[in-house]
Amino acid sequence: MDTLYDLTVHAALSRLNAGEISSLDLTQALLARIQAVENNVCAYLRVLEEDALKQARYADQRRAEGDLSPLLGIPIALKDTFSTKGVETTCGSQILRGYIPPFDATVVRRLKDAGAVILGKTNQDEFAMGSSTENSGFFPTHNPWDLTRVPGGSSGGSAAAVAAGEALAALGTDTGGSVRQPASLCGLVGVRPTYGRCSRYGLIAFASSLDQPGPLARTVADAALLLQVIAGHDPRDGTSWPDAVPDYLAALRADVRGLRIGVPKEYFVTGVQPDVEKAVRDALNVLQNMGAELVEVTLPHSEYALPVYYLIAPAEASANLARFDGMRYGLRKEGATIEEMYARTRGAGFGPEVIRRIMLGTYALSAGYYDAYYLKAQQVRTLIKSDFDRAFEQVDVIIGPTSPVTAFRLGERTANPLEMYLADIFTLSQALAGIPALSLPCGCDAQGLPIGLQIAAPALHEVRMFQVAYAYEQATTWHTRRPPL
Amino acid sequence: MALTREEVAHIAELAHLELSADALALYQEQLSAILDYAASLQALDTTAIPPTATVAPLHTVLRDDTQDGDIAESALSLEAVLRNAPTVFEDCFLAPPLR
Repeated sequence: MDTLYDLTVHAALSRLNAGEISSLDLTQALLARIQAVENNVCAYLRVLEEDALKQARYADQRRAEGDLSPLLGIPIALKDTFSTKGVETTCGSQILRGYIPPFDATVVRRLKDAGAVILGKTNQDEFAMGSSTENSGFFPTHNPWDLTRVPGGSSGGSAAAVAAGEALAALGTDTGGSVRQPASLCGLVGVRPTYGRCSRYGLIAFASSLDQPGPLARTVADAALLLQVIAGHDPRDGTSWPDAVPDYLAALRADVRGLRIGVPKEYFVTGVQPDVEKAVRDALNVLQNMGAELVEVTLPHSEYALPVYYLIAPAEASANLARFDGMRYGLRKEGATIEEMYARTRGAGFGPEVIRRIMLGTYALSAGYYDAYYLKAQQVRTLIKSDFDRAFEQVDVIIGPTSPVTAFRLGERTANPLEMYLADIFTLSQALAGIPALSLPCGCDAQGLPIGLQIAAPALHEVRMFQVAYAYEQATTWHTRRPPL
Repeated sequence: MALTREEVAHIAELAHLELSADALALYQEQLSAILDYAASLQALDTTAIPPTATVAPLHTVLRDDTQDGDIAESALSLEAVLRNAPTVFEDCFLAPPLR
């Protein structure tokens, strides 16, 4: 009973359905695990112990009555970006301390309808701006594989929680790599769906043309199941795709024969840690030996993804974060005039990275600089998207590393913002192009730290991405490793 | 592309951020470095390239204007809207004077 926290979602569902365990057993095992390791990992901003036990009992009752909802009784963690009705939601920021949303995000409502037990809200970089979770307005999260290292970010709390056995799976959000990069650094499967595949309603907005929710899980099948539950059109989000969601689980066949895999030369450059490159090359060989064809492709504008992203995302953030004004919710610092109140509230409530990005975005959108920065970045975004369009005329998926490095040490990159931004160098272009991509474990470095393989597919072709990931996973054992915690 | 202290102070004012002199000095240095990095974009000729503002299947989204639809039903109550406000007066958000 003591290792229930280690189960995959699918294994837990089998045991629940067979009547071997109850959701209450499972939830209690997870809560006990949280009790045991959370002081070291710091994955959660708040654990909803009582509520989770109540939901677990209710799930057991529903199961006894014949309910077969897809996530019935499965304990799941949510990044604090997701609005949760009646539960404090801060998005990792002091400016939202004490804010209690009056509604659930659409994807949260879908998880609840599917029977999931919500264990708590996980730590993150403030407003999802960061790659290490060190920009949290509360405390940093530690990587369960090595507590002196970062879990990645911005969904670092969600990734650390799943890796540490503090949740069976979790939701994060990915604006420029915030699901895939922490999944890579924590040895998990993390999915960024096609832009618009999942509703953004109730996600606290960072960059609206880029934000997408996505699952973090221990296996491809678990991630596919979670995406199946949360994906789909939402009348509350005008940018959500109206197309029907395909059956992702039915697509999980361990067969890649005849599939063409694009290998972009731009993803194997200096700055990539040698054992990361080797693990990715080895993974490509595994897929080739299974019958896939490797094709060298070129994404010539890859090097511009970082500057494009760091103009577009801050520009959108500077507009989105204007809503934090001390009037309707969150922190307020009084002033003699309304302008003084705004400036004091925002100066005191936002952390340094958020201030940096608001200022960068304000500058890029300001009179006289709009064309040179914002418009230019949008034009180069077109070129980045066209690179993928051309490559996908030749190949079915594109594979490369998720992160150029394995988990780095806490404090190692905090002094220089640009150095931190480089952690996302391989995850930004897919986000700018709006295409789906996932990360899954494909090896470990000399210290035993996980390495992630990134698989990208054309828009709305998640099925193909899952198929390749599943085939690789079935042929290897990396996904079965657990941190020595 | 080095930003001057005055430019940084002006950006902070536009963004409604009260910052200390030390913070302004730090952001001056860091934002200048980031903008220098972003200057690599200027090397690309984008004269004939249209901008991409969104990758969504964007078209005007309309729905029936109905009182009993799912969305209209879920409109928040006044109490729910005001509950998180730091300062309220009767049924209003309370703001300091304009100037």
